[in-house]
Amino acid sequence: MNTKSELILDIKNLKVEYRTDDGVVNAVNGLDLEIEKGQTHGLVGETGAGKTTTALSVLDLIQSPPGIIVDGKIKLEGKNIRGLKDKDMESIRGNDVSMIFQDPMTSLNPVMTIEDQIAEVIEYHESGGYKEAIEKTHEMLTMVGLPPRRGKEYPHQFSGGMKQRVVIAMALACRPKLLIADEPTTALDVTIQAQVLTLMKNLKNQYGTSMLMITHDLGIVAEICDKVSVIYAGHIIEHGDLVDIFDNTRHPYTEGLFNSLPNLQDRKAKLIPIKGLMPDPTDLPTGCPFHPRCDYAMDICTKKYPEKRYRNDQHFVECHLYDSDNIKRGGVIKRG
Amino acid sequence: MWKYIGKRIVYLIPVVIGVTFMVFLIMNMAPGDPVKSILGEQASPEAIEELREELGLNDNILIQYKNYFLGLIKGDMGISYKSKVGVAEEIGARLPTTAKLSVIAIAIAISLSIPLGIIAAVKQNTWIDSLTMFVALLGVSVPVFWLGLMLLLFFSLKLGWFPVSGAANWKSFILPGIALGFLSMASIARVTRSSMLEVIRQDYIRTARSKGVPYNTIIRKHALKNALIPTITVAGLQIGTLLGGSVLTETVFGLPGIGRLMIQSIQGRDLPMVLGCIIVFTVAFSIVNLIVDIIYAFVDPRIKSQYT
Repeated sequence: MNTKSELILDIKNLKVEYRTDDGVVNAVNGLDLEIEKGQTHGLVGETGAGKTTTALSVLDLIQSPPGIIVDGKIKLEGKNIRGLKDKDMESIRGNDVSMIFQDPMTSLNPVMTIEDQIAEVIEYHESGGYKEAIEKTHEMLTMVGLPPRRGKEYPHQFSGGMKQRVVIAMALACRPKLLIADEPTTALDVTIQAQVLTLMKNLKNQYGTSMLMITHDLGIVAEICDKVSVIYAGHIIEHGDLVDIFDNTRHPYTEGLFNSLPNLQDRKAKLIPIKGLMPDPTDLPTGCPFHPRCDYAMDICTKKYPEKRYRNDQHFVECHLYDSDNIKRGGVIKRG
Repeated sequence: MWKYIGKRIVYLIPVVIGVTFMVFLIMNMAPGDPVKSILGEQASPEAIEELREELGLNDNILIQYKNYFLGLIKGDMGISYKSKVGVAEEIGARLPTTAKLSVIAIAIAISLSIPLGIIAAVKQNTWIDSLTMFVALLGVSVPVFWLGLMLLLFFSLKLGWFPVSGAANWKSFILPGIALGFLSMASIARVTRSSMLEVIRQDYIRTARSKGVPYNTIIRKHALKNALIPTITVAGLQIGTLLGGSVLTETVFGLPGIGRLMIQSIQGRDLPMVLGCIIVFTVAFSIVNLIVDIIYAFVDPRIKSQYT
């Protein structure tokens, strides 16, 4: 196990609710997440699993009302950052931790020039005036592959891929210790996706930034992540490195995710989607929340939430199928 | 940009033609005879006929309109049937009063409504929000003339702070300005609040927050400019309403402005004077609209790029 000092981010037992008129949405339910320094950590799951909510919790950006962090600890480099005063939180945002949002089309202010938007974050966190901030902005633009002379233009004059580059430049402008990327390529064309991913990978190597990569795309995970956590209904149900998750899959849900990918070697093979839908977060099933969709569900699954079972010192799964012996031997499930 | 402005000013011509022609038709169809209202009910038929001929009222309406319009092109707005004074002179003398009233009213409306709307949106669902929106609801519900009368009763008659009638000095414009501005204030505040509420839920506001920008700065720097577009639209339309409202306000407060002149002229079937007033209102409204469109371009670069 890692000692705490090596962790850039340490989330323990995070619980987030959205209290709406239609009921309480249990978005995140006791989530644990540890990100080591310098690593890229993938957070994988379906829409509505709680990925974005987890990310927003770190920066205390959950829309409130209705969202509220009910319980849990969030530590950045060993220091608690949950429940900080606005002013202290503002000095962390964009400086120590910054975030790239899912949709570049809407995440830039339409009535501000892009260089002003990038310079703003530099002005807030670094000494020096507007002029220096603009100079640094131009360096950042060059770095993400945009000509600095276009800095005076507005977001509507850029394409989606270019906007995402602007957002990346903005997020990296103050050399954050942790970069949270919330599906940074989902809204982009495949060709642009590859460019943006390569860019992020290079920048990360250059600065040694730790990264939380939120995605539902296992291809992206395989390409750039070191560690992977699979999230379902606000719980991390399986966690490990790439070899653990891709080659020694244990959780039926993770298995289901792989089975729903098309197999390029055998294009006649049938896709096996996970049956059913994500459970209604206002009314989660008892026990393991995956049991209504699980082919291996047992009696106990409906009653009790499974505990963590470790396959090695990092790879764990939360599933009743395993005990400390059989988890080492092999998966119960045969893949495609 | 200049080309666009020039084009818009040229568009004014068909608007003025259309509006004056409509008024011509309506005044013709309306019951009552201008000649009788000038000479009185006891006038002899010969005198009436003579005056009708003199004023050109026996001609076909299209010919009447043609004659009027040819005069208008030469800058001649005609002579009042009633006072025998030139329409242009009379309007020129009264225009400053209406202009002052409108400027004060819109200044009151805008300077109060936008801060109120922003505060209500930022403090959504608190008592501040409820209070602001209650005042706004009052504003859109209360008729201008009633509010004017109440203000007169209280501040002029009871407290004696302001004159009851007339346009002697700046004090005379305060109460009418408030009465007239209140309605617009309410509408603009409501729109500012709702567009602000929409804007502060946008992704780019979250982006700004993720950069560590303090919330108050975000409201001022990021949200306000985006929220202003609908506000400007409504403010522009409100100036139109305000011109209409000035008719009532001037009547209640006894201000010698164009609105009151128009009412008196309509009652007296004084066609040239009515047309003159209408032209002034039309041109004023069109210019306000043009100014609003120009302001858009300065607020939103996406709109500016369409004006080339």
